Amino acid sequence: MSLTLWNSRFSVTFVRQYATIFTSGSVATSSLQNKFTNSSILSFHNNDKQRQRTLFTMQNNRQSKAPTTSGATTDTANIGGIGAAPPSASQHSYCNKQTLYDHPQVRQQSSTGSYDYDLVVIGGGSAGLACAKEAVQNGARVACLDYVKPTPIGTKWGIGGTCVNVGCIPKKLMHQASLLGEAVHEAAAYGWNVDDKIKPDWSKLVTSVQNHIKSVNWVTRVDLRDKKVEYINGLGSFVDPHTMVAKLKTNERTITAENFVIAVGGRPRYPDIPGAVEYGITSDDLFSLDHEPGKTLVVGAGYIGLECAGFLKGLGYEPTVMVRSIVLRGFDQQMAELVASSMDERGIPFLRKTVPLSVEKKDDGKLLVKYKNTETGEEGEDTYDTVLWAVGRKGLVEDLNLSNAGVNTVKDKIQVDTKETTNVPNIYAVGDIIYGKPELTPVAVLAGRLLARRLYGGSNQRMDYSDVATTVFTPLEYACVGLSEEDAVKQYGADNVEVFHGYYKPTEFFIPQKSVRYCYLKAVAERSGDQRVYGLHYLGPVAGEVIQGFAAALKSGLTINTLINTVGIHPTTAEEFTRLSITKRSGLDPTPASCCS
Amino acid sequence: MSLWKLLRICGSSRSNALSVASLGKAKYDYDLVVLGGGSAGLACGKEAVDSGARVLCFDYVKSTPAGTKWGLGGTCVNVGCIPKKLMHQASLLGEAVHEAVAYGWNVNDQNIKPDWKKLVNSVQSHIKSVNWVTRVDLRDKKVEYVNSMGAFVDPHTIEYSVKGGPKQRVSSEYVVVAVGGRPRYPPILGATEFGITSDDIFSYDKEPGRTLVVGAGYVGLESACFLKGLGYDTTVMVRSIVLRGFDRQMSELLEAMMSERGVKFLHTTIPSLVERQGDGRLLVKYRNTTTKKEDSDTFDTVLWAIGRKGLIEDLNLPAAGVQTKNDKIVVDATEATNVPHIFAVGDIIYGRPELSPVAILSGRLLARRLFAGSKQLMDYADVATTVFTPLEYSCVGMSEEMAIQTHGQDNIEVFHGYYKPTEFFIPQKSVRHCYLKAVAEITGDQKILGLHYIGPVAGEVIQGFAAALKSGLTVKTLLNTVGIHPTTAEEFTRLSITKRSGRDPKPSSCCS
Repeated sequence: MSLTLWNSRFSVTFVRQYATIFTSGSVATSSLQNKFTNSSILSFHNNDKQRQRTLFTMQNNRQSKAPTTSGATTDTANIGGIGAAPPSASQHSYCNKQTLYDHPQVRQQSSTGSYDYDLVVIGGGSAGLACAKEAVQNGARVACLDYVKPTPIGTKWGIGGTCVNVGCIPKKLMHQASLLGEAVHEAAAYGWNVDDKIKPDWSKLVTSVQNHIKSVNWVTRVDLRDKKVEYINGLGSFVDPHTMVAKLKTNERTITAENFVIAVGGRPRYPDIPGAVEYGITSDDLFSLDHEPGKTLVVGAGYIGLECAGFLKGLGYEPTVMVRSIVLRGFDQQMAELVASSMDERGIPFLRKTVPLSVEKKDDGKLLVKYKNTETGEEGEDTYDTVLWAVGRKGLVEDLNLSNAGVNTVKDKIQVDTKETTNVPNIYAVGDIIYGKPELTPVAVLAGRLLARRLYGGSNQRMDYSDVATTVFTPLEYACVGLSEEDAVKQYGADNVEVFHGYYKPTEFFIPQKSVRYCYLKAVAERSGDQRVYGLHYLGPVAGEVIQGFAAALKSGLTINTLINTVGIHPTTAEEFTRLSITKRSGLDPTPASCCS
Repeated sequence: MSLWKLLRICGSSRSNALSVASLGKAKYDYDLVVLGGGSAGLACGKEAVDSGARVLCFDYVKSTPAGTKWGLGGTCVNVGCIPKKLMHQASLLGEAVHEAVAYGWNVNDQNIKPDWKKLVNSVQSHIKSVNWVTRVDLRDKKVEYVNSMGAFVDPHTIEYSVKGGPKQRVSSEYVVVAVGGRPRYPPILGATEFGITSDDIFSYDKEPGRTLVVGAGYVGLESACFLKGLGYDTTVMVRSIVLRGFDRQMSELLEAMMSERGVKFLHTTIPSLVERQGDGRLLVKYRNTTTKKEDSDTFDTVLWAIGRKGLIEDLNLPAAGVQTKNDKIVVDATEATNVPHIFAVGDIIYGRPELSPVAILSGRLLARRLFAGSKQLMDYADVATTVFTPLEYSCVGMSEEMAIQTHGQDNIEVFHGYYKPTEFFIPQKSVRHCYLKAVAEITGDQKILGLHYIGPVAGEVIQGFAAALKSGLTVKTLLNTVGIHPTTAEEFTRLSITKRSGRDPKPSSCCS
């Protein structure tokens, strides 16, 4: 098992190095051209670095000889041979690696001859990639830097950022794995002759998940190349507002650009207690963990903590969630408590009002965690196989040397205006690094794309950060869009808000006798007139799929009047929104009287 | 009966002003008689009582030729949406077992088979519990219920008898006809003797085995798909086109998806005869109307899904003067028939979508108009619907053809795309037919005329968009709606390629 994992890790490193070499070649070639056109403008101060760059260029030209001459076939063969791009991806015509070697003409406009690039994007995650690709499509010369520092236990990954590598994608796959375990039991209830005394093979699951991620890394690289975004596998730090030094594998490179977009994202925090970094892991490590997590303490009850605890439980491990103060801070608290209760019902204990004090490794390899109840002051301890920190995420500002560029930060984030501009006019920020905005991939993608269109496509359209739908992929999923009940009350006053709510029973739950106790939804609305909907909240199966359309409806000005006159699709759970009729104010029982008509 | 009347009187203490008014109208036994205890009738009856009316509801189910009967609640609960969704779910769960293996579960998925009897028992137990809850609910809500077939004597009088007892009559100020429909049988030899319909399949006491499904409307396709998913060899016989009335492109994609999963299709073919062989199997003779070629094959089960007919025949409508069209009843925008105090709701209405939620909402709105002073009419436009095939198809609003017909080819823009559900990669499920499109106006903010989606949980995906369409969704708003990642519904927010552009609608990248 460990061999497989080692192999898969080896392969990702291999692919990444290879890819770096391969593209550095083309980067070098173009910067070589730039060098001659720009050399007269380059200041004396830059000459040293210029020399370095020439050296680097030569090195890379040498290195890249092989891949560019005979590289095409070798590359494909190698990738196939080590299984880094699984057949599932390469079977599709649009994933055909031939696209790597096609060179569609992209309109190039050299608006800024004095800089190496029109735009340098720092960070190859959702925001950065979307921004970079869109900028190139609008004629800009763009480079994108991406570099992943290993976690304390050594986990690394490829291009694509948090979502693809250690975020939404692997967590949704693990969530799905967990749901499928449940589905096997349900299948038995529906009459399938399966033996449902089942266990997951953690190592097989991790391998499958990592293979998928690698194929996404690969497709992302191909896509960047297709779209002519120069990719630099280096860690960037500012020299001045237009200059950046990128630390590459063996040397450094100075890059100048008219505009910079900071899209470095964030990474999980560790608590400041003994043993946290040595013995604990985070979501950065979990999806490629080379051993079964076993009995796991999940510290933190934000959505990451709850999701991890949810799928670990579904996979048969014993997670406990340690909650410092409240569950799902920032979300509607009634829904948050229902989510917690639904998890509790499935056998996930919650240690409330509790903070960890220390983690020690015992002789048998297990982890002894000491903790304290902050209300009672009572101390306790327990042993776990795995301790997972999900105590929050921090922005990755520290390596950027932002002070050289004069960019102000708030804590570890960057404050931007409504055009994603920092206090330095040619430096922008998008994605999770922005202070006070939702940390979500689609937000990052759209904001990055719109920014590029404003910079290079003559657009004026700004990102609308309001009414962004989101989903917590706990076993019973929670999705919402718009305001929480608390926020609606705060904003409009309790007397001006009407809340429609109801419990419901998904048709499919009856035969396997699944608990319907927490299947609940509500609409928070204006109290008068057609009752504009402020927020929708749903706890139940496939919540993300259910709420997405309603997010579009909210943006279209959905009212209660329209909602309850929308004809339902029977039998679905989403139709329950169209059947909401009981207000909280009425005090009527929101449990369903009948089931089907 | 007397207990019910007593309960009704007790119930009248909670009546509002309107009911006090109606109590004055002692001219009739009831304020409202509802014929048919299905989705439409029950919703109408309950809502009317809530508004203070005195209501009597008739419900009676004639057995099918194969002898199948069922309880209160109508088609949806007994032989429609509920059992088919459960069978669909059973079929999906079989697939899920295989997927579980790919995701690392040590489940033995070799040769898994469903226990048809166990499945049917589970489904029927659920239905019985729904029948029961429905009964209790009627009782709670003080709707009087008679298990009998009511028929008109005159426009205000209904005659009935309970379990072969003496004929009785009741009079009512208003009558709502909500008798729904039942499957048709083709007029060929052996059709009723040897064939079954969707009325029988959900309680069928033997495994269907090799099945011929005749008809390619949504009932036929759904039945064929869950049977195939449960491991039975299934063939669909199509007279002309699949999913008549739905978007053609989507219908054909759906058919291709089914073929990929091993459902066989006999195109432009009509059955001519069914006979039972010595071994008990059914020999079906059929003819290809294009090639004129005659052929035959043997099946264990023949399922007719060639359409449904309205159940007007036992109502004695001429006595009330209610006009019919084919086997349906024509109503105006207020669901009134040509006789002003007689209404029709649900599947019995001519030319309206035959869907349970449509029936419920129109029944409820009708009751509110009759007894609660409401003026609100049922809006039959932009009703979303879903076909529960293994990859489901759902849509709301216009088909592409309809949009072209009403707006003109030059005035519509179609945004479309194939997509890859994240969960499909690990079990290497086919993404070939995962496709969606938005049909919109070409000018301005591009108001959306219709949305179409083939993929997992299609009904859940499209419901919210139906509310959005009703709220005036435009392409501009759609594309500025932030997606939820990773879902399949978010693909609607990522639509960027128009058909007119001729660009490849296949996704170039997967995740950003």
